[in-house]
Amino acid sequence: MRLIKNIGDWLDARLQVGDVIRETVEHQVPSKTASWFYVFGSAALVVFMLQIVTGIMLALIYVPSAGQAWNSLQVLNHDIALGWFIRAMHGWGSDFMVAIVLIHMVQVFLFGAYKFPRELTWIVGVLLLLVTLGMAFTGQVLRFDQDAYWGLGIGASIASRVPVMGPSIVNLMLGGPIIAGATLSRFFALHVFVIPGLLIAFVCVHLLMVVKLGINDWPMPGRVVRKATYIKDYHALTKKDGVPFVPGAVYKDLFFSACILLSIAACAIYFGPFGPSGPPDPTIIQTAPRPDFFFLWLYAVLSLLPPSMETPVLLIGPVLVIIGLVLLPFIFGEGEKSWKRRPIAVLTILLVAVSLATFTRLAGNAPWSPVMDAWSGMPVPSEFLHNRTALERQGALVFQLKQCRNCHSLDNQGGKRGPALDAVAVRLTQDQLIRQVIQGGGNMPAYGKNLTPAETTALVAFLETLHPAGQPAARDASRSLALTPDTPQTPATRP
Amino acid sequence: MTPPDLTRRSVLMKIGIFVNSIIALVLAVPIVRYLLSPISKERKGDWNAWISLGGLEEFPAGQTRLATYRNPVVNSWDGDTADIACWVRNVDGKSFQVFAINCAHLGCPVRWFPQSGLFLCPCHGGVYYQDGSRASGPPERGLFQYQYRIETGKLMIQAKEMPTPGRAANSNPYSDIVREIKPCA
Repeated sequence: MRLIKNIGDWLDARLQVGDVIRETVEHQVPSKTASWFYVFGSAALVVFMLQIVTGIMLALIYVPSAGQAWNSLQVLNHDIALGWFIRAMHGWGSDFMVAIVLIHMVQVFLFGAYKFPRELTWIVGVLLLLVTLGMAFTGQVLRFDQDAYWGLGIGASIASRVPVMGPSIVNLMLGGPIIAGATLSRFFALHVFVIPGLLIAFVCVHLLMVVKLGINDWPMPGRVVRKATYIKDYHALTKKDGVPFVPGAVYKDLFFSACILLSIAACAIYFGPFGPSGPPDPTIIQTAPRPDFFFLWLYAVLSLLPPSMETPVLLIGPVLVIIGLVLLPFIFGEGEKSWKRRPIAVLTILLVAVSLATFTRLAGNAPWSPVMDAWSGMPVPSEFLHNRTALERQGALVFQLKQCRNCHSLDNQGGKRGPALDAVAVRLTQDQLIRQVIQGGGNMPAYGKNLTPAETTALVAFLETLHPAGQPAARDASRSLALTPDTPQTPATRP
Repeated sequence: MTPPDLTRRSVLMKIGIFVNSIIALVLAVPIVRYLLSPISKERKGDWNAWISLGGLEEFPAGQTRLATYRNPVVNSWDGDTADIACWVRNVDGKSFQVFAINCAHLGCPVRWFPQSGLFLCPCHGGVYYQDGSRASGPPERGLFQYQYRIETGKLMIQAKEMPTPGRAANSNPYSDIVREIKPCA
């Protein structure tokens, strides 16, 4: 025991850090902030450390070369003892880190912790969010598979839309004219050196400010932040009602971080590593690239925006969001902290959360993507062919062969890019069906040049049978009048 | 008697800062040049080379076929990524259209369906007609086209780079002509 103390004293006499550490460990925090709501920041830090450790382990095997990266991932998954587990921990750690950083940000926002004097802490936090997302995206690229390859293409297409600078930015991003070895090398440098360096630097500044300025006091309705009095009040509060950070608060951080690490390990064991999907060979075009979980909402937004809005939203939207987040503590630097007195703040969080969740959920089944093999892989359900004429069945054949099914579903099977056609005959008359098929419109291509008159007749005859049993097909009353003046009620279509 | 701010130390300090700033600037030139090499590099080497997509007999008249080529600017460690696919349409036996594989929306690989005469994109559902013009979906324009020429019975293209919406003007030989054509009133 004495030996350890002697060594400790010898080291501290030279390092001179003992007092700083003691001061940090024992600094007083308001007793109410030793709360389960204050554990997310420390958990994010712990997951970041896990990412550093697992990342270094992966770097022992991974080959950052476009020709070999995919093979080295296969070796990691299958040939190295527990290589799959390290990959899975790193992948799931990444998802958990983004999630915890977002939850931490929401908690800080709702508790008013960004207000005076912690404005800079918040701004550095915003930078930390950006670099965390940067790590997630560059990490997805290092898993150099089909999704990564085409994901880079999407990134390049977005970057190319920047006015004037666009083409140069694409070349800088790709390291050359195409996605190739140079692209992977620079994303490796970003993911392993540049962004982690920024992340570590920002974390240090962030933590330094948390310790120096003190943790945010528990928001009490009515306890209003005033720049003139806040710091004095805060010191009075910690003096009157403070507990030392260790052990008063830290045990909750430790417990929560342990739970998170266990959850990551559980996900890693149960779900395994992410991919890699097919090899990054651009001549394999039978692929439908999907982004990773935290970029799914963006995938949905890009599909649902009107084309003319896309470039402005893509290029200006992120800038506005970042400016808004940075300006937030300066515009609302004083006033109420408690979320109970800040309904707009709560509604903002709800709106953002519901929007992101909706977009993410939508992107999960991607109704805007055609089902590329529906025409050959999903037969017309037999009930749609029962008791049909030869012409109508021929029409069903045309329906499949012309890939209509890739965008239109029958009996909930097939693409959802266009409307389901189970009851299309109720909505459109024969004339309208012919017009729609031949001229297209409403986001449907015109098939006029690719259908013979016979095919069109058969197809429309089939489409006219698509209505529920109890509901007749739509018909043009004026047309039946004009064609058969003596029997005005002749139905335009077979019942 | 020198004024207090003009001691030997302060003068040397200022000279030191000045000299180091000059050195930093001088060193910055090669660093920036190095970092910007992807922009300047593309104008060199085989960037402009004509690449063969294969003999004309591989592209029967009236059909659209997938062709692949090896990118002319290549490093030995690029692996499969330097193999690029494109769609070749033999319009009438004499004239061709060579479309980039990348959707004009966000660059996903479009697939050709000969039965319906359409290119479909699996990502966000962009659709193009057989001549590459936009049919529906989010793309704001038709498919990108490569310049081609026929040499000793081979179809040659100038690929240059991955086409993206922002730099499409480089790869579409008709973009300038098309801009001149006004639609009929």
